[in-house]
Amino acid sequence: MFGKLTWSAIPLDQPIPLVAGATVGLVIVGVLGWLILAGHLPYLWREWITSVDHKRIGVMYTLLGLVMLLRGLVDAIMMRAQQSIAFHSNGYLPPEHYDQIFSAHGTIMIFFGAMPFMIGLMNFVVPLQLGVRDVAFPTLNSVGFWLTATGALLVNLSLVIGEFARTGWLPYPPLSQLQYSPGVGVDYYLWAIQISGIGTLLTGINLVTTILKMRAPGMSYLRMPMFCWTALASNLLIVAAFPILTATLAMLTLDRYLGFHFFTNEAGGNVMMFVNLIWAWGHPEVYILVLPAFGVFSEVISTFSSKPLFGYRSMVIATMSICLIAFMVWLHHFFTMGAGGTVNAVFGIATTIIAVPTGVKVYNWLFTMYGGRIRFTSPMLWSIGFMVTFVIGGMTGVLLAVPPVDFVLHNSLFLVAHFHNVIVGGVLFAAFAGYTFWFPKAFGFKLHEGWGKAAFWFTLIGFYAVFMPLYVLGLLGMTRRMQHYDVPQWRPWVLAAGIGMVAVVAGMICQVIQLFVSVKRRPDLRDATGDPWDGRNMEWATSSPPPAFNFAVLPQVQGEEAYWAIKHRAREQASLRDLPDYEFIKMPRNSPTGFVCAFFATLMGFALIWHIWWMVALGIVGAWVTFVVFAWRDIPDYIIPAAEVARIDRANHEVRLEALATYAGPRP
Amino acid sequence: MLVRDAVNTVTKSSSGCKLKRMKIMRRPTSLLNMVRKAVPVRTWCARADRWHSLNAVKPAAAVAATLSLSGCGFGILDPQGPIGAAEKTILLNALFIMLAIIIPTVAATLWFAFWFRSGNAKALYRPQWVYSGRIELVIWSIPLLTITFLGGIIWIGSHELDPARPLASEIRPLEVQVVSLDWKWLFIYPEHGVASVNQVVVPIATPVHFSLTSASVMNAFFVPQLGSMIYTMNGMTTQLYLQADRMGDFYGRSSHFSGDGFPAMEFTLRAVSNDAFNDWARGIHGGGGMLDANAYAELAERSMNVKPFTYGSIDPNLFHAIVTQAIPPAPGPRGRDPAPDGSTRPGE
Repeated sequence: MFGKLTWSAIPLDQPIPLVAGATVGLVIVGVLGWLILAGHLPYLWREWITSVDHKRIGVMYTLLGLVMLLRGLVDAIMMRAQQSIAFHSNGYLPPEHYDQIFSAHGTIMIFFGAMPFMIGLMNFVVPLQLGVRDVAFPTLNSVGFWLTATGALLVNLSLVIGEFARTGWLPYPPLSQLQYSPGVGVDYYLWAIQISGIGTLLTGINLVTTILKMRAPGMSYLRMPMFCWTALASNLLIVAAFPILTATLAMLTLDRYLGFHFFTNEAGGNVMMFVNLIWAWGHPEVYILVLPAFGVFSEVISTFSSKPLFGYRSMVIATMSICLIAFMVWLHHFFTMGAGGTVNAVFGIATTIIAVPTGVKVYNWLFTMYGGRIRFTSPMLWSIGFMVTFVIGGMTGVLLAVPPVDFVLHNSLFLVAHFHNVIVGGVLFAAFAGYTFWFPKAFGFKLHEGWGKAAFWFTLIGFYAVFMPLYVLGLLGMTRRMQHYDVPQWRPWVLAAGIGMVAVVAGMICQVIQLFVSVKRRPDLRDATGDPWDGRNMEWATSSPPPAFNFAVLPQVQGEEAYWAIKHRAREQASLRDLPDYEFIKMPRNSPTGFVCAFFATLMGFALIWHIWWMVALGIVGAWVTFVVFAWRDIPDYIIPAAEVARIDRANHEVRLEALATYAGPRP
Repeated sequence: MLVRDAVNTVTKSSSGCKLKRMKIMRRPTSLLNMVRKAVPVRTWCARADRWHSLNAVKPAAAVAATLSLSGCGFGILDPQGPIGAAEKTILLNALFIMLAIIIPTVAATLWFAFWFRSGNAKALYRPQWVYSGRIELVIWSIPLLTITFLGGIIWIGSHELDPARPLASEIRPLEVQVVSLDWKWLFIYPEHGVASVNQVVVPIATPVHFSLTSASVMNAFFVPQLGSMIYTMNGMTTQLYLQADRMGDFYGRSSHFSGDGFPAMEFTLRAVSNDAFNDWARGIHGGGGMLDANAYAELAERSMNVKPFTYGSIDPNLFHAIVTQAIPPAPGPRGRDPAPDGSTRPGE
């Protein structure tokens, strides 16, 4: 009846997961109870869960990313604590537990922390910047989000039911084969990533289509904001790379479930093939994350330097060349496999070539600041912190791209320090910069600056305190993924990294407090203008939060920085343009398709992990029926009457007039 | 001495000193030879403090001092053989080349941010300044030139230090076959008819040719102070040449995660004099322990923290049988995970 699932799957003898699981369970039950009792559930269902509005979906993505970042941080704290203790001792985590934690940390941070955060920002911002009303496929967008949430749910379910993978965040065979990992851990990994991977692919297709086909009139490619360019590059990479991941994991799944021999030791299986394929996805994945981050920094640095981006075309070329070269470097993840001098050299050189466009980007941001009037808001602080930190990470990355150097640093803590240097210093800093930057657009009030700056400084100091010792440890020959160690030379540096974790945690606490304080004091932090930072692109032309239709009339774009041009003209003439003639607007109706589909996908994934075959069938049929019902819908759209559009837009117009009248900044 | 060359090259790079370096790199085996000459002196640690007096290389010296603090006596910055030394040289060369760009860039970032702060009335506000052909040219050229230069190092270094490339030496390499098991290391000496577990003894100043495979999952063989690591994989052999130039016990371990017993995948590489090595091999040869298929099957069962021990005789075809899978891959957690849910200790 329940396949492999028995009561023994609940870790009743393990206090840590049990207490953690119980706490999370209580919080969830508490929140649900409060929602039901306070009568918020219908609102939540109507306005959020079934919403196909790209802004709402973007916010939900970001929220998922934030929550998962916290979850991943807890894993990180546990790992640092374990290594701080486990010198000549076993520490407090046995290997089978520790191995799950570092696997979960990597999986969660990349797939369910960084990815949803970046996709959330893109989802929210890109249509606004393009000056359009929604993404190309709104319901698909909702499906994509909820499938991602399904993946996150499955990974977290493994905390209390069964186990998670003990193979690292990329399950290298043969360790991940049934023979060496007979538990359900790898299966949790496989199905969580497969389901969320489909969600990501759908989002990629959606955003690529949106950017290519749905720009405001006059917005040619070379008038698109930089963030849209990086979003395009990132989503092109998603569309090209995620099918590789899906296929690779499908092959591993066939090995585990049906006795195939793609990646087995025996019968012609080839583990090296897995390693090649997974990195053919894995390296582009790095750029899928970091390209939108570059876009965020481009927006933030230009806005707070009160200058357009320096060398815009150069930036576009750099972005697209990174997008292309990202696919030609995957072998640098396994120089130590013994491929031979020429192969290693070619991939090493290809890797260093990526440093050229990346370096150009850094210099372009540098010269964007040059001659600017820099306002040190917290998004700008994150950006400057990024520029300093990222070049260091880039440097160590190029070091590792030199094969003879990699031969002694591969798989060491130097490598761990390097990729945290670029992922934390690049993607995470961008996530927080973008979150603070666009928060007022999404909710109509700013985040509290004091707490934001405190979060920045703690995170920055914490980052250096944790990861600089790891660089040293790598040079001392310490390997990653060590549950315990006996080498005395490593001891002080491991402890230093452990202490540094305190600052990182303080930074994260500041982030959480910032959100609470800001919500509480939102009347003081209110931004009525819709343009709190003196922004430059179209997202700042509409009100905060934007109406469902974003723009009452699609803007006519006449150059780069479309909104800046409009604002500039208004400031010159000290008047706004006349109100247009309003027409009714058709918007897509909300649909529970995404949520229902994800519900059945969750059933299916869970059932596949535990071999509950009837439930697998139920899940597949349920998801299929949901799609059929959606495909047969009669009324896809609803209509916002012209009068309503006019009322909303006039309010925005009033506010803008007032802002213009009280404008005190630099005169054009 | 190479290291100092590298620093000089970097500090003088604008005056065309790169040529010298490239010349050194171009001769096929020169890098290794030069390093070999340099190795008997403790190149790095001994010099670090002297560098403080060299005004011209202050930033470099500061970094060097920091690195040397951590490097003395352990890790990859204290190499004990030609491969490790050459890799360290390349590491430092590449590092200093890049620091020459990274440090000014970071400094400029902080300076621009500070100077162009909105409150500074002295800073010129140029809201329309968005393009400069000259700057574009420079900012594309700087990374491009650096990478071109590094590309040369990569190309030559990858070939010269290819793990499978025999070392240029008069002395015939010692053959050692390595098998990574769950979770210990087996070292077979086919020429001497002996084998050892979790300890490998080699003569100094003699190239050692390791042929490596794995009994089950992937691992990586790594002795930080000797240089290059290499993966071990079942059904395949990888090749690695290393050499120890000084006597001592060097820490070695697996550097690729291989399951719950991974932290215990450690071994000692003992570098001894030629005579001592021969004595050691003769001493255990014919002694206790026969490494044949049965003994191997027993060894291949999962275990960890195995104290080093030796086999006095071996089945000469054993390694071949493991690589060709005539002996099937080791069984993994056989009998340890019988529970219907398949996990011993679930949950995280």
